[in-house]
Amino acid sequence: MARAVSTRRKAAFTAAAWLVAFVIFFPILYTILTSFKTEPEAIAGFSLFPSWTSENYVEVQTQRDYFKPFMNSVVISVGSTLLALLVAIPAAWSMAFSPTKRTKDILMWMLSTKMMPAVAVLVPIYLIFRDTGLLDTRIGLTVMLTLINLPIVVWMLYTYFREIPGEILEASRMDGASLLNEIVYVLTPMAIPGIASTMLLNIILAWNEAFWTIRLTTTNAAPLTAFIASFSSPQGLFWAKLSAASTLAIAPILIMGWFSQRQLVRGLTFGAVK
Amino acid sequence: MKLTTLILGLCSASAFAFAAHAESITIATVNNGDMIRMQKLTDDFTTKNPDIQLQWVTLEENVLRERVTTDIATKGGQYDVMTIGTYEVPIWAKQGWLLPLENLGADYDAADIIPAIAGGLTADGKLYAAPFYGESSFIMYRKDLMEKAGLTMPDAPTWEFVADAARKMTDRAADINGICLRGKAGWGENMAFLTATSNSFGARWFDENWVPQFDQPEWKNTLDFYVNLMKDAGPSGASSNGFNENLALFQQGKCGMWIDATVAASFVSNPKDSTVADKVGYALAPDTGLGKRGNWLWAWSLAVPAGTQKADAAQKFISWATSKDYLALVAEKEGWANVPPGTRTSLYENPEYQKAAPFAKMTLDSINAADPTKPTVKPVPYTGVQFVAIPEFQGLGTTVGQLFSAALAGQMSVDDALAQAQSVATREMTRGGYIK
Repeated sequence: MARAVSTRRKAAFTAAAWLVAFVIFFPILYTILTSFKTEPEAIAGFSLFPSWTSENYVEVQTQRDYFKPFMNSVVISVGSTLLALLVAIPAAWSMAFSPTKRTKDILMWMLSTKMMPAVAVLVPIYLIFRDTGLLDTRIGLTVMLTLINLPIVVWMLYTYFREIPGEILEASRMDGASLLNEIVYVLTPMAIPGIASTMLLNIILAWNEAFWTIRLTTTNAAPLTAFIASFSSPQGLFWAKLSAASTLAIAPILIMGWFSQRQLVRGLTFGAVK
Repeated sequence: MKLTTLILGLCSASAFAFAAHAESITIATVNNGDMIRMQKLTDDFTTKNPDIQLQWVTLEENVLRERVTTDIATKGGQYDVMTIGTYEVPIWAKQGWLLPLENLGADYDAADIIPAIAGGLTADGKLYAAPFYGESSFIMYRKDLMEKAGLTMPDAPTWEFVADAARKMTDRAADINGICLRGKAGWGENMAFLTATSNSFGARWFDENWVPQFDQPEWKNTLDFYVNLMKDAGPSGASSNGFNENLALFQQGKCGMWIDATVAASFVSNPKDSTVADKVGYALAPDTGLGKRGNWLWAWSLAVPAGTQKADAAQKFISWATSKDYLALVAEKEGWANVPPGTRTSLYENPEYQKAAPFAKMTLDSINAADPTKPTVKPVPYTGVQFVAIPEFQGLGTTVGQLFSAALAGQMSVDDALAQAQSVATREMTRGGYIK
């Protein structure tokens, strides 16, 4: 009897988990379905049954080049993630293993920069980019996205590093390891799951960033966010084409997330949210 | 073999050298059918001007406006040609943000541009933007439903007639709404329609001293009329309907009448997308007998920002894209019905265009019926038919649009919406230094 109740509870939890997952995934599913509708169908109202036309994908392909913004998205998101890790690993190390009485304040201050509305600094940032020749360059966007996501990267790595016993690092020091060796050969391998999940999350955040990537680019460095934005039309139906463009834009990151989900979950359960 | 390799190498090297020498200009634009068509036809331009390469930035209208404003205000120099509307041109020209178009070429024929359109793009006697396509607004109606209601649409109807016809055409059981009008909040959305409508009711945004006029009876008449008409004969959820939503409703046969941009005529009469393509009639926007009709005037135009380093190449491109030859090129490749409308008088004199576009005459009459310099019955200190050409209008127009949209949705009364609009407008105009 007890076993039967347990199975029922398990089934209920499983069903609830599936329901929550479905609710979260539904907007993406609906975007994909809409991309296979005709334009009048797309704007007509809620419907889960498209007429499965592929004309939107053909239209999107003929109107704009997909490959260039795709490559820009890859370079910018991966580049900014690697740059952020390069800065954040030493920063998180020092905060986790050599904390001072101000460490918590510094962490909070770093996080507080994320609370500022981006548009508030649009003009100063634009002027800096203009004067340094960084407008519409991949390097400029990589630096910008690194700075935007750095607080989150530092915070995540800090919580992962805090889980690692300091005694292990002390032991390596007693064995004569230098500071660099300690970080590269002892700390980093132990924190690989945490670093990997931070990296994946940061790539996703950078891939989806739309405010700066649209406003600091024109043609050369414009990534997939600008590609999507180009399909919205003030006069003329566009929902189906926009959905097709969105599906093409999110497909690579969705596939990457699917293949790396085990690593992502392992990393997320490794740190503070364990 | 070696010689062939050498020759091929030299050829490719010279090709690279040539490509490196070619000047590249960046054009910012919106994603409209006419703009997309132009991008497909640019081979004609690059063949005639092999030393100029074109790069396109296409963005959503509001993002484009914000993006282009940031760049032009900071002299970022990211764009060489910008697609801007009639609202921006006089404001930006006054700020010194645009270069006057003085090198469009000897055969450009600027005098052929429709005077009402050219007037909105000219400041101090100089043309600051060349119109790519122009539009007014008019009534598109279902001839079959009008006949069924036992009515005949005059060429120049009154609001009284339109309201009566809308109520008679409404058939809720058959999902037919007598009239579809904009309700989505925004200065370029519901406020474009309502401001133009208010002109025909004798209302105005400001008096000669920039004092807001929402507390005057003309505005109350306008908004009461609009809300009651939409309640009786409009579609459900009208407060979130803009151009595209109403276009879809009309194309699906769910609207008896639709008052909106003249550009819509080519969509609703296209049998590929519209189920009512052969049943559409056109009439001038309505009036109330006060001498002003409820139609607007707009043109998407190409301008050169003051920060560009490539002004000559930019003007060459603008000259090509807005010339009579370009219209002929579109006609040759895509047919006369797809030619960008509303810019040149000669187009409306062309019998082939008149044949292909049955809405041509009504479009021209609508454009000519709008006067941006004298938009209202009573005198005003501003220009602009469906907008007020001051920088504050974007924010203020959208705020007032939200109040009027709420009144349409029944979330607040017409009186409350007008009272709040008056209060917000007074505060903004005082803050802007217009009211001393």
